[in-house]
Amino acid sequence: MEYIFKIFRFDPEKDKEPYFQEYEYDFLPNVSVLEALIIIRNELDSSLSFRYSCRGAVCGSCGMIINGNPDLACRIKLGILNTKEVVLEPLANLEILKDLVVDMVPFWKAYREIRPYLHSENKFPEKEQRISEKQMERIYQFINCILCACCYSACPVVSKDENYLGPAALAKLYRFVKDPRDRRPYSFLKKINTQEGAWGCHTIFKCVEACPKDVRPVDGIEGIRRKLIIEKLKRFFGIKK
Amino acid sequence: MLKYDVLIIGGGLAGLSAALRISPGIDAVVISKVHPLRSHSVAAQGGINAALANHPEGKHDSWELHAFDTIKGSDYLADQNAVELMCKEGISTIYELEHMGAPFSRFPDGTIAQRPFGGGGFPRTCYSADRTGLVLLHTLYEQCIKKNIKFLDEWLVCKLVIANDKCLGVIAIDLSSGKIVPIKVKAVIFATGGYGRVYLRTTNSYINHGSGIGIAYRACIPLKDMEFVQFHPTSLYGTNILITEGARGEGGYLINKEGRRFMEDYAPHTMELAPRDIVARAIQREIETGKGVNDEYVYLDLRHLGAEKIKKKLPGIREIAINFARVDPIEAPIPIQPAQHYSMGGIDVNEKCETIIPGVYAAGECACVSVHGANRLGGNSLLETIVFGKIAGIQASQYVREGYSDTQNEQELHNSVKEIKQKIKTWLSRTSGTKAHELLNRLKIVATEMVGIFRNEKHLSIALETIRQLKEDYNKAHLASSNLKFSQELINIVEFELMLDLAEVIAISALNRRESRGSHYRTDFKERNDEEWLKHTLVTFTEKGPQISYKDVIITKYKPEKREY
Repeated sequence: MEYIFKIFRFDPEKDKEPYFQEYEYDFLPNVSVLEALIIIRNELDSSLSFRYSCRGAVCGSCGMIINGNPDLACRIKLGILNTKEVVLEPLANLEILKDLVVDMVPFWKAYREIRPYLHSENKFPEKEQRISEKQMERIYQFINCILCACCYSACPVVSKDENYLGPAALAKLYRFVKDPRDRRPYSFLKKINTQEGAWGCHTIFKCVEACPKDVRPVDGIEGIRRKLIIEKLKRFFGIKK
Repeated sequence: MLKYDVLIIGGGLAGLSAALRISPGIDAVVISKVHPLRSHSVAAQGGINAALANHPEGKHDSWELHAFDTIKGSDYLADQNAVELMCKEGISTIYELEHMGAPFSRFPDGTIAQRPFGGGGFPRTCYSADRTGLVLLHTLYEQCIKKNIKFLDEWLVCKLVIANDKCLGVIAIDLSSGKIVPIKVKAVIFATGGYGRVYLRTTNSYINHGSGIGIAYRACIPLKDMEFVQFHPTSLYGTNILITEGARGEGGYLINKEGRRFMEDYAPHTMELAPRDIVARAIQREIETGKGVNDEYVYLDLRHLGAEKIKKKLPGIREIAINFARVDPIEAPIPIQPAQHYSMGGIDVNEKCETIIPGVYAAGECACVSVHGANRLGGNSLLETIVFGKIAGIQASQYVREGYSDTQNEQELHNSVKEIKQKIKTWLSRTSGTKAHELLNRLKIVATEMVGIFRNEKHLSIALETIRQLKEDYNKAHLASSNLKFSQELINIVEFELMLDLAEVIAISALNRRESRGSHYRTDFKERNDEEWLKHTLVTFTEKGPQISYKDVIITKYKPEKREY
């Protein structure tokens, strides 16, 4: 079937303004958007830039906006788009470096800010720490996150407030908060007890819609809020200091 | 000019594992052509082996038995001292990963869960459902953030510069600008992964061009055992995305178009859990003798495992099958076929990850220690990356502190920059000619058809001839776009030259090895021949072409015997 691709083009050093370039090509409907992009680049225009790696929806490289929805280009087959017009744009809420390649620095900065690592007393281990599968199950949803930034791109709060940590970083934080091995001090959680942190989310659920891995970041954000309230109450009633 | 003490090329598991072991005070950086979390390690699924003896049926497991299984699996080509080291270290490595926060699945008693894998005497593969690579890569990256490790993301190393037989530095391309940058270093660790994309059908990521191995080869560091290419039995028909061996470990069946579990004809005792070389050959044989579906694939049937087990133990596989093949394994069998998966061969190193050049180390899939010999067991590659990554980091640190002396002339680095800039100029100046991706497509077809699961002299000779023709054509290659910012065209043309080298080395090594061993199966020499071929192949780059030599296999206590499953 003949598809018409309208692809966002922009090189900040060369172009005054972004523009859309059209490419027509005959593809089978079981070709993915990523495969199509690679063919277009190879056959029609080698100046086209986009990121990719695993093509199996696990590395998080190829997030982009496909006919209006943030998703991974590798997992979307042309056939399911139900239209022969395919509009491809870079992820939103991030600066454009070239064409579909965005500057991920703010996204990684937010990720680093939540201190995304297990806080534990790092003794040399002789055995594993025993944890029940039930406890592990509570974090499985969140370890599925591949940090593709589709949620970050979809988040209406990020678009208004660039200091907001965003759904992926907060969901990652909850992954650690919920891990029975994590010994993160409350003083750290207090730091995100702000509008730029846990309270910034307006629960519009755009991130849940956008996530290609069913992480449901809002669940994590609400979990952190619950934790913050409980910890505050404990301190109010003098159960904890 | 950028300067570091240690440069680690590659941000996958081996690279990050090395980075975490660099001694304090040593200025190290991880350079990677993609963001580290986009590395191919992320795609590993089924698990990582270690004799923890947590499984009720594995209480008598030990690292010695793990070593035996690995050596037998390798068809006795692995260096036994290195295997013993890996299997012994494996146990503490898992505990360490667990303490770093790796979310392993658990048994009811709270210990790390283990599942059976091909060629393993006991269930000893530790896992996190079927996304073990994802969680381990994220865990190590998290530790790197904690330790403030430096990264150069989206930089492609394109040359290793050696002067006076010592490491001087590398030349890299900053992909965000297309600039060519010299980097002076005291030591370099290759952790660049495999070359799967030399093949048409591969489970590997698009980025797996294997250029790291090619760079070392061009610097005259020998490549070892490159004829041993692993074909994974179960890749998803169509896209060749990996379907983990864990699916069979959890009890999945392989069935042909007649609905028969054909593995009973090939490995009656272990059935679907025979080592990968045997299962891949069996599937290919079924397809070639008309017992495949549409002469293309067979089925991996998980239906009898039930919805609950599939959802819990294999959620990623279910997601992949639904997303990429429109098949829900709860309701229908998954169409699968063998595909290139892993390289047992690689940069020749010893058990300390040292190459023949002081200051140059290699670890992980790009290296050949050898712990996998002629065939790798599933679950051993993740273990190798972490154990040997660690060793490489320790060794490189020690070298910088004790072995390094700066008598080096930087001129050689500037010369190399000029040389690469000139090359790019030439590619750009040609207004017509072949594009790298066209040559690459031709290479992939010949590799898959002629240097695949079943090999013979005629096919291998045709492959070599074609590869040499492609090398000629490469001299006429051109770059169509002059904008070198985030230019995949530039990456392709740089890496493709090295891929051609690798393909040549694979084919020539395979042509010379006149026996069948592990993954290397010659239809004209069907038997293993220990008398003549119990030795490693080494191939060294020379201006006149690849030069072949051999070296002995290190045997400690496991005597080569017939390999039956």
